[in-house]
Amino acid sequence: MSKNHHEKIEKSVSLLGIFTVIAISFGTLVQITPLMFMEETKQPIDGLKPYTALQMEGRDIFIREGCTNCHSQMIRPFRAEVERYGHYSVAGESVWEHPFLWGSKRTGPDLARVGERYSDDWHYAHLMDPRSVVPQSNMPGYPWLDSNILDGKYTTRKLEIFRGFGVPYTDEDIAGAADAVKGKTEMEALIAYLQSLGTALK
Amino acid sequence: MSSFWSAWIIVLTLPVLIGCFILLRWNLTNYVGVPEDETTGHEVDGLEEVNNPLPKWWTYMFYGTLIWSVFYLAAYPGLGNWPGFLNWTSSNQGIKNLEESRAAVAQAKADGRYVQLDVENESAAETYGPVFQQFAKRDVLDLAYDADALKIGQRLFLQNCALCHGSDARGQRGYPNLTDNDWLYGGSPDKIKETLLYGRRAAMPGWQEALGEQGIKEMTAYVLSLSGRAVNEREATAGKAKFALCAACHGADGKGSVAHNLPFGAPNLTDNIWLYGGSAGAIEETLVKGRYGVMPAFKDTLGEDKVHILTAYVYRLSNPEDQR
Repeated sequence: MSKNHHEKIEKSVSLLGIFTVIAISFGTLVQITPLMFMEETKQPIDGLKPYTALQMEGRDIFIREGCTNCHSQMIRPFRAEVERYGHYSVAGESVWEHPFLWGSKRTGPDLARVGERYSDDWHYAHLMDPRSVVPQSNMPGYPWLDSNILDGKYTTRKLEIFRGFGVPYTDEDIAGAADAVKGKTEMEALIAYLQSLGTALK
Repeated sequence: MSSFWSAWIIVLTLPVLIGCFILLRWNLTNYVGVPEDETTGHEVDGLEEVNNPLPKWWTYMFYGTLIWSVFYLAAYPGLGNWPGFLNWTSSNQGIKNLEESRAAVAQAKADGRYVQLDVENESAAETYGPVFQQFAKRDVLDLAYDADALKIGQRLFLQNCALCHGSDARGQRGYPNLTDNDWLYGGSPDKIKETLLYGRRAAMPGWQEALGEQGIKEMTAYVLSLSGRAVNEREATAGKAKFALCAACHGADGKGSVAHNLPFGAPNLTDNIWLYGGSAGAIEETLVKGRYGVMPAFKDTLGEDKVHILTAYVYRLSNPEDQR
């Protein structure tokens, strides 16, 4: 046995793994932990509204259909992005997002402030067949959203869970959640969600 | 951030850097007693294990990053509340609304802080602002036949307008053709500019309840007949009797708001140009469900100077000949 004590780590995968995790966790403790407790990153911006029941269902469809694979929701503070998409994203906009959908892949444009940018009709035409409004688009169409009807089975539960996360839903919001989405198409829900994005800071 | 979290970050960051240094020194120290590049005595299948310490180039780079980190943490905001001696930030993150955002830009400038985005925006405004201002001073009718202005206008159009109106500006179902000199809100430079700056919201109500199924059929026939299309005469005559409902916006003659100087954006029904399709089915759908076209406002997105140039580009699309 030599006096090279680090040989112990180099020759044991478990030790190497444990020490690697410890080393990385310092980065987490410094960069992420404070953000979860600092007042600055926990305060919603002025006029931020919790998602309505319909928008909440739309958000889940957004996640289900994998929209985040091609669309980010995070405008970085660069001039090129701010000119194209609007005001850069701030922490106070994401305080009620669980999980946030910032994403990092932009095959399509960023959607952080797409709300109220186009009409509902435009979104409908675009989601049914993207080429009908943007000929050079390579986005797939989502026509089935127009025939899938929401039953609102889990809507109440979803809002309750989000209230548990600290989103200020009232009892009326939760009581009316299922009825608010019942009979609506998934298309309507998704468009309602998209139209809400980023509108609090516009 | 609070002093607790500031201290937390500092107390964790500095020991990690020192720890990295100690770890590196520890790994570089030769405890085996075998000189560099000589065999340790291990041999497997004729392959000898040689004492190879960490390569020099790699080691110096590691030292380099440690030295860099010291300067970096001194210059940039990395250690809790320490702002760094460069007073640099990427943006004004703490803002709660647009007013605060604008105020923060002014405040940072007054304080002499270097906010990356603000500086980028300001230098862009200094570089490009005067270019746009020069064009904005000139009359739209003048710009509409100026090659440079049109070049800028086309770029702005492709980036902001083509999504709905198409890259050739000929529109599509629900989005007006901008090249045919057929206008919903007026085609004068002033009206185009107004549309671009403030947007438009059209509202064609649904008439299902008021007209009934038969009434919708009759009205469809009459509307088609206005554009000279072949229709069932009896139905059209019955539809004409109820056209007073439509006349408030489209005018008694159906020639639309613009012809009557009305601000509603109701299309001319007599020119056989159809925003939502000219088939009997499409017109029926319009009558039953109504139509709610939206043109977004670009005042805040582009600013007045760019809108001015864009106005000239849009005007030119329908007025290819300089008629001054």
